[in-house]
Amino acid sequence: MNSEIFIWPFNLGLYFILIYSVVRSTIWFRSLSRADKLRLQRGFFGMPFMQSIREIFMESLLHRRIFKKNPVLGYMHMSLAFGWFLLIVFGTIEADFFGERHLNPPSHAIFFRWFNPEHGASGLAAIYGHWMDFLLVFILSGLLLAVVKRFIPGMMGMKKTTRHTWTDRIALTSLWLIFPSRLLAEGFTCGVHGSGGFLTGNLGAALTSFLPAADIAPYFWWLYSLSLGTFFFLLPVTRYFHIPVELILIFMRNSGITTADRWSAYSEVQTHACSSCGICISVCQMSRAAGINDMQSAYFIKGLRNERDIAAITANCLMCGRCDEVCPVGIELGPLRLIERRQGERPATRLKFIDRYGLTRRREQIEREPTQSYSYLVPEEEEQADVLFFAGCMTHLTPSVIVAMKKIMESAGVMYRFMDEEGGVCCGRPLMLAGRDREARELINHNSDIIWKSGAKTLVTSCPICYKVFRESYYLEAQVMHHSEFINLLIEEGSLRLGYLHRRVVYHDPCDLGRGSGIYDEPRAVISYVAELQPVPEARSMSLCCGGSLGNLTLSSEKRALIAADAAGTLTRSAPDALITACPQCKKTFAQATETRVSDIAELVAVALPKPVRRTRSRSSANTVRTVADG
Amino acid sequence: MKEKTKHVIVAGGGVAGMEAAGSLAEMGIRVTLVEKGEDPGGHLLQWHALFPGRRPAEEVRKYLRKRIAHENINVITRTTVEKVRHHGHEIIADLSGGTQERADALIVATGFDLFDAHRKEEYGYGIYDNVITSADLEEMFNRKRVVRTDGSVPSRIGFIHCVGSRDEKVNNNHCSKVCCVSAVKQAIEVRKLLPECEVFCFYMDMRMFGPYYEELYRESQEVHNVNYIRGKVSEASVNINNRLVIKVEDTLAGRPLKMELDLMVLMVGMEMSKPGARLAETSGLSTGINRFLESADHHYGSNRSGVAGIFYAGTCTAPMNITDTISHSRAAVEETVRYLGSK
Repeated sequence: MNSEIFIWPFNLGLYFILIYSVVRSTIWFRSLSRADKLRLQRGFFGMPFMQSIREIFMESLLHRRIFKKNPVLGYMHMSLAFGWFLLIVFGTIEADFFGERHLNPPSHAIFFRWFNPEHGASGLAAIYGHWMDFLLVFILSGLLLAVVKRFIPGMMGMKKTTRHTWTDRIALTSLWLIFPSRLLAEGFTCGVHGSGGFLTGNLGAALTSFLPAADIAPYFWWLYSLSLGTFFFLLPVTRYFHIPVELILIFMRNSGITTADRWSAYSEVQTHACSSCGICISVCQMSRAAGINDMQSAYFIKGLRNERDIAAITANCLMCGRCDEVCPVGIELGPLRLIERRQGERPATRLKFIDRYGLTRRREQIEREPTQSYSYLVPEEEEQADVLFFAGCMTHLTPSVIVAMKKIMESAGVMYRFMDEEGGVCCGRPLMLAGRDREARELINHNSDIIWKSGAKTLVTSCPICYKVFRESYYLEAQVMHHSEFINLLIEEGSLRLGYLHRRVVYHDPCDLGRGSGIYDEPRAVISYVAELQPVPEARSMSLCCGGSLGNLTLSSEKRALIAADAAGTLTRSAPDALITACPQCKKTFAQATETRVSDIAELVAVALPKPVRRTRSRSSANTVRTVADG
Repeated sequence: MKEKTKHVIVAGGGVAGMEAAGSLAEMGIRVTLVEKGEDPGGHLLQWHALFPGRRPAEEVRKYLRKRIAHENINVITRTTVEKVRHHGHEIIADLSGGTQERADALIVATGFDLFDAHRKEEYGYGIYDNVITSADLEEMFNRKRVVRTDGSVPSRIGFIHCVGSRDEKVNNNHCSKVCCVSAVKQAIEVRKLLPECEVFCFYMDMRMFGPYYEELYRESQEVHNVNYIRGKVSEASVNINNRLVIKVEDTLAGRPLKMELDLMVLMVGMEMSKPGARLAETSGLSTGINRFLESADHHYGSNRSGVAGIFYAGTCTAPMNITDTISHSRAAVEETVRYLGSK
């Protein structure tokens, strides 16, 4: 048959993308570390494989996570992905079952109607034809939503959407053309032959009534094949590459591979698995409060993928982790940004292979021989203690927290040593957030030395920034506790006697304590013990960043003030008596941004302590008498 | 027919407002002076002595009181101007009590607020004993008793410059101008009152902009042995003897420094006053990035608001000393009178 040439754009595209995917996956697999290779191999023959299949079904086909966040957006994704999947599956079955022979090439299933124009006149075949038509309607409904979303993002509950590159646009156009051209191609063919289901049959009959359907049909079959072929050929260089890569990502993640702190094949897989959906832009406070719309994770990942100069984007992030929480693909956006910060600057244009090699060598050189050093730090004398209290640099800027913690620990009879009372060494996390791990390690070693020598069982810190780094990057015997956990423990033990304050308060989850370390319940338990805790919008894992983040060294103070005012406004909407937080940085930032009283959790608890019995001097007792007489 | 007496409202009864009211009254214009406090006088009421000559503040207060003791001036106290609007050629001011005042023109002289030192928590104001502001110290001078909370006499006092000024962290990038020379004046007074007490000033720059200020600065070093250390204090804490311990980088010596103090004085800066900011918002008067009122022209129209019939006097437009405030206020009166004549 002469006109069968039309199947070749599709065939070529399909074979190209299949071979490309296999080669690419092999390269990625080969460049994995030995440990990760083993993980993946083990995962492939065990439970993780089943988990991955389940996840692929739930997320890549049904898009459950997007569904939860936004049902309309979820339906759009589901109809396109799951609908197309069903169309392929049932199309293959149809070709296998009703076709001339078994085990057909894919093109026979895809262009089934062309090869079997008379098919489906009666019986089971007719019912099957209706079913295939239904699947097509399912997909087309999602496509309609996609077109609407592209032009009016607000209608789909999306505040912002990402900008497309020109290759993305061509791929998008070909994707949009696939299903309408299939509909029309099948319609015309069915019209000529008087076959087809409820959609293609009726449409075909209608079209044939006034058009020379037999002449037109081949053009639409060509268009159908061309759009499929174009889409497949462009796939690797567009955002739609996320569709096959997400499958690899799911297998890797379920096998236990993580981003860790170095660039790896897994990082690369993650950058290609990003669909540029823009959900990260919608939740970003720099977008919603400060009007910055070009540095969110979607753009960061896109820059990584295309090896562009993204130094400004990399640096301009609060590292609050809200986008990590909502990413439907589950990309570890914060850790990826940290890796990029460690790398230093990238050149503006794409690097040649040889230059890339040179850059890697230079980075290794810098890592071996750091230019800066904290060699002037002298090891401190050892001093024994059961409980060590480490206030941290930020808490030293909020002395009321230190005063409160001293009162609380004294009242509970805790024998503690104040590790950095006379000033200490930074915990190292600000340096890590700036991508300076080597320097951070020197500080970590210095502090670890003091903590180990003290023989302390517990290390209490009142700063979530220190808390996170103590837990994750220090090797310690002592149990690390945030002061909210420690106060909660003191209350549960019964060593702290507290009164009840008749105050309505709200609690703000600091990024590094909540999302960063998973401590949500202990601060709430402590607050509820001494006051009336009111709910706030966007609590717990979706908590807002105060705007004072140490993770961003480029954001101007005006923009920070806007973010702080927006966050404080959201938190104090119920007009509480006080805004309670558990981080000195959040406290300082919010104090400038709201008229509501801002206190640390320790300050709130200190107020609830029983009044100390004072040794009364004669003068003050005379005062008391006079006051009573006046009253 | 004799022309009707003109009426001008002056919002704010501090130095600028009192001077403006006095000048207008002298010219036969009826004035309503609206003051938020118990008595007119503004921040000057708390001050003990004035730089550069350390003359008693009472002398200037006396001059201003005499200035407003005029039959053309009606003083309304415990009241603020909440909103100003035009009604034809007339200006209607809504006052805080719910009453209204009609006039031909209005001079905004709402002045400044002192920076609230609680907002700079790392200095421990309100948390530690013996951390006071420059205004608190002036009260101590009034009582002729500079002592610590426990009643003992301090043997070392530190003045911390630029508290709430030139500080991005508290959203104040502007310089408050007068705190440097205030610190010099107060340091000398401390040395005279307590000859045994050491005095240290921690500064970023010494901005001695007025006549005789530089001379005063020199005198403080040569005659009164006041010590100046260039560097911003980063934080303060209290040691076991209840003495304050401050951390500061001595940027001239290029090394960090730790020092114990008995009393720490925070040189709090000037911010746009709250009633002034409220009035600007309700009445559509434009404010600059420093949140003070923005004049129609920086060089030759600093008294003009850009709205006909509304003029600015004194520190509602920018930090100023008393000399400049009085000059600025008189210029506002000149602009106002010219406006009234043109109507």
